[in-house]
Amino acid sequence: MYFIRRILFLPPLMLLISFLAFGLVHLMPGGPFDRERKPASPEIERHLLAKYHLDEPILKQYLRYLNGIVHGDFGPSMKYRNHSVTDIIIEGLPVSLSLGALAFCFAMGTGIPLGFFTSIHKGKWEDYAGSFVALAVICVPGLVIGPILIMCFAVKLHWFPVALWGSPWRVILPTLTLGLYFTGRVARLMHEGMLSTLHSEFITTARAKGLGETAILVKHAFRIAVLPVLSYSGPMLADLLTGSFIVENLFQLPGIGVFMVNSSLNADYTMVVGLVLLYAILLLGLNLAVDFVHGLLDPRVRYD
Amino acid sequence: MIDGEHLSPNQRAWRRFRRNRGASVALLVLLGVVALILIWPLFRSAALAPILPKAMSHNPDAISDAQFAPPSWGNWFGTDVHGRDLLSRVCYGARVSLLVGVVGAVVSLVIGVLWGAIAGYCGGRWDGVMMRFVDVLYSMPSVVFVIVLITALNAVLGKLQTGPGGLSASTAGTMQFIGLFAGLGAVSWLTMARIVRGQVLSLRHRAFIDASRALGATHTRILLRHILPNVYGVIIVYLTLTIPSIILYESFLSYLGLGIQPPQASLGSLIASGAEQINPIRIYWWLIVFPSAMLALTLLALNFVGDGLRDAWDPRTETNFK
Repeated sequence: MYFIRRILFLPPLMLLISFLAFGLVHLMPGGPFDRERKPASPEIERHLLAKYHLDEPILKQYLRYLNGIVHGDFGPSMKYRNHSVTDIIIEGLPVSLSLGALAFCFAMGTGIPLGFFTSIHKGKWEDYAGSFVALAVICVPGLVIGPILIMCFAVKLHWFPVALWGSPWRVILPTLTLGLYFTGRVARLMHEGMLSTLHSEFITTARAKGLGETAILVKHAFRIAVLPVLSYSGPMLADLLTGSFIVENLFQLPGIGVFMVNSSLNADYTMVVGLVLLYAILLLGLNLAVDFVHGLLDPRVRYD
Repeated sequence: MIDGEHLSPNQRAWRRFRRNRGASVALLVLLGVVALILIWPLFRSAALAPILPKAMSHNPDAISDAQFAPPSWGNWFGTDVHGRDLLSRVCYGARVSLLVGVVGAVVSLVIGVLWGAIAGYCGGRWDGVMMRFVDVLYSMPSVVFVIVLITALNAVLGKLQTGPGGLSASTAGTMQFIGLFAGLGAVSWLTMARIVRGQVLSLRHRAFIDASRALGATHTRILLRHILPNVYGVIIVYLTLTIPSIILYESFLSYLGLGIQPPQASLGSLIASGAEQINPIRIYWWLIVFPSAMLALTLLALNFVGDGLRDAWDPRTETNFK
């Protein structure tokens, strides 16, 4: 019941978000055509505005836009003429999706073991070293780690190609650049989750029953301790899958992260709203899925 | 706990903080960094410059012929594309970054605390509406928000500058800083609002609040005098953790060209201009490594201090020290 209600809430929520996004980009001064060569005459400009219906009142524009969405049409991009928003997203999304999914697997695959490892060595040097690494990668953003990786491994050592996309070999540096930060976040969540779980009474019970330490840690504690990571993985995945401007820009990848930033800079109204909606639906859907899995993993959680 | 019996919660937290060796060291490092970047410009003064090594008294804006000079005795961190001394630019950029981080965090703090406290205190329908609004904002990408806010503010500024009785260039520069603070603060308050709201919600039906209400205190007075002081530990902790995230955000914006505008520099814009110089022929590693190291050091110290403060303020950790 709980999940059905939440799914029913999604359409009005998306409506609200689309309205906010639409209003927000229209708050911006200037239009999508301001940065181009000045139109030869006011007539041409007026014609352009009329072609994209920008001369109508905002509410009417919004309703027209909504009507388009209902029919599966997210409108034309105002910056990249002759391309519809749907075309651009469909073209860029596979790159961003695959890079994001790789970075997600990398972050989970390294972060969870790291957090687990530091928590079972609480207070020893392994804990301090591991926790320091986890915090350190949070403090070196993609902006820092990307150029350094390119400089060391691509330009200097020639181990990896500098940029572009395609072969598995080219994927490694962007994945590291994008994923390392999240490794740190996941490791810290895992660490704290383990520490608080190991204090709970069901662990004491398991110890009292005489269970081996490995069984306690892996079978009992881990399942509960991983829940904070799970909750975080919804927003994290939404962030990763919609692309990162820095990584796509540094490695010259044709993803949608670059469009997210450029379309906002260029006041490309339809593009911005389309991308915001894409992000929102990913985030809301993923959060729903995460809560569902949460209920499966933790028997103490009941959704009524 | 024998020695802790007569201490206030603040004193006890401070004592726990000092016992945390990592956090104490980080606090010293942080204070060292702040002191260094504050006194750095003094080295250029006529009294100190002759005594100190030449490398310590460069002007961050002085252009010279020595382009892309690698680190040497004269320029410890090397020079950049215009032959400016990188060490002095890193110190200068760190100052700007920290300033942006602190002020941006304070802006987000004011919005977040007010929003969260009012939602939590009113409760019921208002709470629902206000927190759903936060949820909706959460599900929109903050990049879009920041860019729209900052470009809108910059356009307003541009109009003020060219209009009749226009602003001077220096006022416009200050105004741009303010636009950046407002933009960064405006996208970073959501988590603060959620945390404060949760705390206020758990406080508002406690006996001392009811007593105060029975004595005829107004809502404003209850909120400001009785509720917020009880939340302030959480606020301080979260403030320390917001500063590094805002510094990071600012470096991202500088990378986009929306942050600090040249000739001013922040750590982010220094790294971005270093990243532009990557090419297969020559490697100017110092342009990236030194600003990055400074950024990482500052962020690490801030995060360590924030973690230490959180552990010290969180009553659950008290058991560890009993």
